[in-house]
Amino acid sequence: MAEIAPSARHDPEAAAATRRYFWNRFLVYAVLALFAVIYLAPLLVVVFNSLREQSDIARNGLISLPRSFRFDAWAQAWGTYCVSGTCEGMKRNFFNSLWMTIPATLISTLLGAMNGYVLSKWRFKGSEILFNLMLLGVFMPGQISLMPWAFLLGKLGLTNSTYGLVLIHVVQGVSFTTLFCRNFYVSIPDDLIKAARIDGAGFWRIFRKIILPLSPPILIVTVIWQFTGIWNEYLFGVVFTSGQQQPITAALVALTAGGTTARAYDVMSAAVLIGALPPLLIYLFGGKYFVRGLTQGAIK
Amino acid sequence: MSALMIRDLHKSYGGLEILAGINLEARTGEFVALVGPSGCGKSTLLAMIAGLETVTSGEIWIGDRLVNSVQPKDRDIAMVFQSYALYPTMTVRQNITFGMESRGVPKAEQAEAVKRVAALLQIEQLLNRKPGQLSGGQRQRVAMGRALVRDPKLFLFDEPLSNLDAKLRVDMRTEIKKLHHRVGKTTVYVTHDQVEAMTLASRIAVMNQGSVQQFDTPKRIYDRPTNMFVAGFMGSPAMNFIPARLAGSTSISVRAADGGDATLALAAPLPVGAPKDMVLGVRPEHIYRFTTDLKARKPAVQSMQAPVELVEPTGAETLAVLRLGDLEITGRFEPDDAPVMGETITLGIDMSRACLFDPVTKALL
Repeated sequence: MAEIAPSARHDPEAAAATRRYFWNRFLVYAVLALFAVIYLAPLLVVVFNSLREQSDIARNGLISLPRSFRFDAWAQAWGTYCVSGTCEGMKRNFFNSLWMTIPATLISTLLGAMNGYVLSKWRFKGSEILFNLMLLGVFMPGQISLMPWAFLLGKLGLTNSTYGLVLIHVVQGVSFTTLFCRNFYVSIPDDLIKAARIDGAGFWRIFRKIILPLSPPILIVTVIWQFTGIWNEYLFGVVFTSGQQQPITAALVALTAGGTTARAYDVMSAAVLIGALPPLLIYLFGGKYFVRGLTQGAIK
Repeated sequence: MSALMIRDLHKSYGGLEILAGINLEARTGEFVALVGPSGCGKSTLLAMIAGLETVTSGEIWIGDRLVNSVQPKDRDIAMVFQSYALYPTMTVRQNITFGMESRGVPKAEQAEAVKRVAALLQIEQLLNRKPGQLSGGQRQRVAMGRALVRDPKLFLFDEPLSNLDAKLRVDMRTEIKKLHHRVGKTTVYVTHDQVEAMTLASRIAVMNQGSVQQFDTPKRIYDRPTNMFVAGFMGSPAMNFIPARLAGSTSISVRAADGGDATLALAAPLPVGAPKDMVLGVRPEHIYRFTTDLKARKPAVQSMQAPVELVEPTGAETLAVLRLGDLEITGRFEPDDAPVMGETITLGIDMSRACLFDPVTKALL
C-alpha cells in the first residue's frame, strides 16, 4: 500500500493545469497575432501595390492580392518617373536624404558623446543647469523653431540646400544624443578618470582611449535613433527645400500632388517603400542592439 | 628628509568642513596608514595628496616640492583604487603601460618595465587578458602593477583590499607588506580596517571627524591611545570602558558585580590635577582568571568578582562577556582556561596595561 505511485498515473489536477496553461497561451498568441495583422496590413497593401500593374489596381481596387509580380513600378519610381517636369524619379531625393542623414547623424552623435562626457565626468559650476536646459530641447516640438531657423538659414545663405538641413538636424538632435550619452557615461566609474589623470592622460586622451572604447552600446543607440529620426523627418525638409533639393520624405508629397495625370498607385507605392527602406533595414539589423544599448550599463 | 609633509591642511565644501587642520608627515620609505570610520575624511585627504581634490588651505609637500596646485600627473605619485579602476577595454599589458604611453616613454623601455613588474607580481600569464576576465585578487595585482611600474616618489592606496573576500584580503595584506619591504617606497595607505593598519604601517594616523586623533607607531597607538576614540577604534574586541572614581591617592573604585564598590590599586601614581571621576580602559586581553601564580608574575594585577554572562569560543581564544553592575565587559581567555557560562569568576585585571581617561575631555590621563 505504501508504495510510491509511478508518475504515469493519471492526475486530474495536473491535467487541468496543463489545459489551463494551453488555453492561456492560445489566447495570448491569438491577441498578439490579431494586432500584428492590424499593424502589418497597411505595409502589406503597399508592398502588393508596388508589385501590381496600374491597370490591375484601377480595376480591382487598392486592396487586393497581386495577379503578377512586376518590378517596373520600382524602376520607374527610382529613376524615370516624372515629377513636376523632371523625369528622374526619386533617385536624386533619395541621395539628398542620404547626404543629409549621414553627416547629421555622425556629427550630432559625436557632439552628444562629447557633451555627455563633459556633463558626466568634468562637471563644473552650473553644468547640471546646462544639462537641464539642453533637456528642454528634447521636449520642444520642431515647429517652434521654424521661424528662427528660417531667419538663420537666410542669414547663412543655406536655404534650399542639404547643408542647411544638416545644420538643423545636428542642432535639433544634440539634446537627444547628449541625454543618451550623458546617462550612459554616468555609469562609468569616476575612479577610471582619476586613475587616468594620475597616469598622465588629459581631457582628450581620456575621451579617446577610455570613454570612446566603452561607448559602442550607446553610440549604436544614438546612431539608430538619429538616423531614423532625421531620415523620416518631414517638416523641415518640406519648409526649407524645394524641387531637386528636397529629401525623399518631402518629395513623396510632390509625387502625389502632381494632379495632371491619373494617379500611378503602383509607382507611388514603390516610391513610398524606397523612402521607408533605410530606416526599415536599420530597424531589422540594429533593433536588438538598440534595446541592448539602452538597458545595459557601461561596464558589465 | 620626509617624502610627504602636510601642514595645517583644511578642506571644506561650502560651509561643510571635511578636514580641519591636518598635520602629517611620512619619512622616505615609510608606510603610513590613515585609519578611521567612514566619513572621517581619510579618503578626501588621500585624494588631496593625489591632486584629485583641491586644497582649501594649508600645504602639501611631496619631497621638497609644494604641490598644492600641481596637476596629479605631475606629482610623481601612483595610486591604487578601492575599485581597482582598471581600464575595462584594455588588456592587462595596456593597463600597465597606459601611463608610460601617456608620457611618451619609448616602447622598448615600456616592455622592459612591464616585464619587471609582471615578474614581481607574478602576473606574466595574465598580460593579454582583459580586466573582465580576471578574478578579484588578480585585478588587485594588476592595479598594483600599474602603480608599481611608474616608480613614483609616493604610493597611495585607497582601501585596496576592501573588495576582496576575507581570506584573500589576509593573503594580499601579507603580499603588500612583503612588497613594501622589497621596493621600500613611501606609502600612504587608507583603510577603515584597524587590523590592516596595525599589521602594515610603520606609523598610523587615526582620524575622526576631519582631524588626526593620534599619529604614532602601531604599538604606541594600541598601548597608549591618546583618547577614548582611538582606544575604542583600535583593537577588536574593543577596549572596555569602566566608570571609576578616585579612592585614595593610588587607587580607584569601580562598581562591582554585587552593586558595591571594588577598589583597584593603580600601577602608577595619577598625574596632578586628575579629575575625581574617570574612565578605566582595559583591553580584553588584559583581563585574566585571577590566581596567586598570576599575581606573582604580574604584580600590578588587581582582582574583582564578576559573573560570566556569555562565552564565545573562536578557537584560538575564548571571549567571555562579564557583568559589572549594569555594565558588560569582554575578557579574552585561553580556551583551556576559559570560564563557563553562569560561573562567577575572580578576575585579574592587569592595571599596568590599563588606561585612565577623563570622561569629559575623553583624553588619556
